[in-house]
Amino acid sequence: MSQDPLEGCRISAGKKSAVSLGKALHPPNLLVVVEGTCGACVAASPVSAPEGSCSYNVAHHHLCVCVRVCMAWQGLQKGETLASLKQESENLRRKLEEERGKLTDVELHQVAEKVETVAALSIKTRRVLKGHGNKVLSMDWCKDKRRLVSSSQDGKVIVWDAFTLNKEHGITLPCTWVMACAYAPSGCAVACGGLDNKCSVVPLSLDRNENVTAKKKSVAMHTNYVSGCSFTNSDMQLLTSSGDGTCALWDVESGQLLQSFHGHTADVLSLDLAPSETGNTFVSGGCDMKANVWDMRSGQNIQSFDNHQSDINCVKYYPSGDAFASASDDATCRFYDLRADREVAVYQKDSIIFGASSVDFSLSGRLLFAGYNDYTINVWDVLKGTRVSVLFGHENRVSRVRVSPDGTALCSASWDNTLRVSRT
Amino acid sequence: CVCVCVKQMEKVIVAMQDPDMGIKMRNQRLLITVIPHAMTGVDVITWLTQKYRIGEEEALHLGGMLVRYGYIYPLKEPRCLVLQPDDSPYRFQTPYFWMSTRWPASEVDYAIFLAKKNIRKQGELMEHEKERYSLLHKRINHTWDFVVMQAREQLRTSKQRRKADRIVLECQEQAYWLINRPPPGVQSVLDMGLERPSNQNLRVPLNSDFYKREIEASRRALGRNRVKSSICLEGFVKYCEQYQDHDPIMLGCLPSNPWISDDSAYWTINTEIVLVPTRLRVERWSFSFMELLSDPMGRKEFMTYLEKEFSAENLYFWQACEEIRHGESSKIPQKVEDVYKNFLAPGASRWVNIDSKTMDKTLEGIKRPHRFVLDDAQMHIYFLMKKDSYPRFLKSDLYKNMLSRAMVPQESKKSVFPFMRRQRHSSPSPAQVVAHGTEEDERTGGVGQAGTNSTTGARV
Repeated sequence: MSQDPLEGCRISAGKKSAVSLGKALHPPNLLVVVEGTCGACVAASPVSAPEGSCSYNVAHHHLCVCVRVCMAWQGLQKGETLASLKQESENLRRKLEEERGKLTDVELHQVAEKVETVAALSIKTRRVLKGHGNKVLSMDWCKDKRRLVSSSQDGKVIVWDAFTLNKEHGITLPCTWVMACAYAPSGCAVACGGLDNKCSVVPLSLDRNENVTAKKKSVAMHTNYVSGCSFTNSDMQLLTSSGDGTCALWDVESGQLLQSFHGHTADVLSLDLAPSETGNTFVSGGCDMKANVWDMRSGQNIQSFDNHQSDINCVKYYPSGDAFASASDDATCRFYDLRADREVAVYQKDSIIFGASSVDFSLSGRLLFAGYNDYTINVWDVLKGTRVSVLFGHENRVSRVRVSPDGTALCSASWDNTLRVSRT
Repeated sequence: CVCVCVKQMEKVIVAMQDPDMGIKMRNQRLLITVIPHAMTGVDVITWLTQKYRIGEEEALHLGGMLVRYGYIYPLKEPRCLVLQPDDSPYRFQTPYFWMSTRWPASEVDYAIFLAKKNIRKQGELMEHEKERYSLLHKRINHTWDFVVMQAREQLRTSKQRRKADRIVLECQEQAYWLINRPPPGVQSVLDMGLERPSNQNLRVPLNSDFYKREIEASRRALGRNRVKSSICLEGFVKYCEQYQDHDPIMLGCLPSNPWISDDSAYWTINTEIVLVPTRLRVERWSFSFMELLSDPMGRKEFMTYLEKEFSAENLYFWQACEEIRHGESSKIPQKVEDVYKNFLAPGASRWVNIDSKTMDKTLEGIKRPHRFVLDDAQMHIYFLMKKDSYPRFLKSDLYKNMLSRAMVPQESKKSVFPFMRRQRHSSPSPAQVVAHGTEEDERTGGVGQAGTNSTTGARV
């Protein structure tokens, strides 16, 4: 524990003096707990300010107080200050940028010049899935290539056979805004979560008489909304991202937290598991405009990219696992090369001024489908950086786009309460 | 996020009004009145088409968004914020009413607006407006005198204006309120979903722990091996090229894409275990070791090959390790015990050949079994198979025969009656299939396998 240089010190302080005391020390470091009786009305009222901020709302009266200053010096070594740590961190980041630049001997669109242009695509909607009573926020395909699960603002999760348009299961959650849903690899369960701060796993029973919702089991617990979830290679482990700024890995059977991932400084909005041989990493993106790659075993942040200029809404791996794409409120999508450790392409156009909410690759990784807040889906040539096509049809924001597991179709979920399955 | 797209829209709007490069405004006729500084729907679309080099459909859509958000409003039919691709007249909204200027809308202002309508013409208020009006009357009753007074004053001033100005002001106001108080049933463009924290309210405190983690991560990142861009990027080009023929969205698939033809034959011929696999599928096993292993049929063939070579224990071991890594936490100790007995113990029936360093480390580790305790050993065996057995498998007769016997489906003939919809067969839910086949799963490693067995076509 740290020393407390002002312990026991009495300060007859008006509002002004308390503030200037705070500022005289290290402005961003203080948690000032001002306690005591108010000089004006004799009410005892502790007033505390959030850690890390320097301005705080002292009571409107004058306070005669005993000021105890708790520094965020906890954990600091002698000679270190928070400011010096911040500086060191920034220096290292700058050095990292330099290192990354050294191996940049060519750009993606240059390498792609020799590649044949993508033939014009004519993509048509073949299925419109109607049934949700409110915005559809998320969806996920089943490995059988035709079923999918979708979740909505109205608290309902529906499992569909998209091929026949049959609704096979309906699950009602006790909360609204179910932002995350995922199909288990076995096809026997789905996971869903949102404003309830939890992610639950629901086994899909085929007994018509059974209430599927009743079998729902809470697995993940966060301290804020759950924004995304994904099973790992089996039904037994679940990865979640949350508005509390963390991601977490859970054991489904016991609900035990296996690993948590700290590093984002704001809501994490999306995650995706890497399709690699050793299968141990995943990427996440969030409101701090950063995309982070994590080691699932150790919980460490392996790589970080901060090129976006606004919230990152979605991250998705390139099929080989050597790269990933991101979609952001800054109206761009970006492509990052993990081996070169840098951003290698930006997919943007003057006429696209609304944020991108979701991205996914076609099976070969050549095409990138991106859903936007202006109700459209733009199709990008990943290698050349140009836009191949634009799809209209939805009547409100596109919240999620996903290519089916065998690459035969694209499903888009929207705030217009529908899902559309489209193909060329 | 509101701010970002609003700023962008306003940039476009300003460019559209540029005296040199913007839209050429004209007088537009509205019945008998002439409205100055106006344009047609076609003007808007043409300008957008030229400025951004986009097609008409996209220009109509983009222009439509500008109208939806109230930056351009219609003079004809002002109740409907839609961009018509014809000579309907439109005007730019005054910045006074822009989203960035005047949001959120004030209740008092809305009350004044409704009051004016009410006073101006009895019965002009729509049903929902009447309801809201009386609700407001209750809610801000204390300022009602002010509201009525303002309304009367604004009406009086407006009467003194020229008709053209009066129409314009009414349309401006109407457009503003259509957005800020949409009629029931009309979606609100102001609906931004769940509120996200602004960057000022960080969810995570920036304390010393945070910066120390950042520094650690940066140091680790600096120590990483990075690969030259030319090599990495070439890798993407090659990957896309290799998989292009397998990408149905790009090049179609045979016999047909089920979503187009309503025929699920493509899925039937590609189920997990088939008698005769397709040629594309067998080819794919040669793309990478991971492709071979992730296809249950490929894995089976590989196992057969390894049995012939007397090195099948490697694949069995790898599968058992996968089971541990991805299985239930509670079963880990037992599974690790089994793996030791079957693969690692001296004289084990399926003893795997791991280098002594890794073996020692592993044997030490399994005294306290955890999920990743076999990682090193598993990686060693994986790379052994990848570098040694896998390339020889691809050159083997077994594989070559599979390739030559593999089938290439015929493109399905287009239906004689193209407008007749085929009956779409349902398939049993994977949940049902697996319920009957769990034993088989355990033997093959049980790593998340789901497939459609649509031979029965039974309805679920």
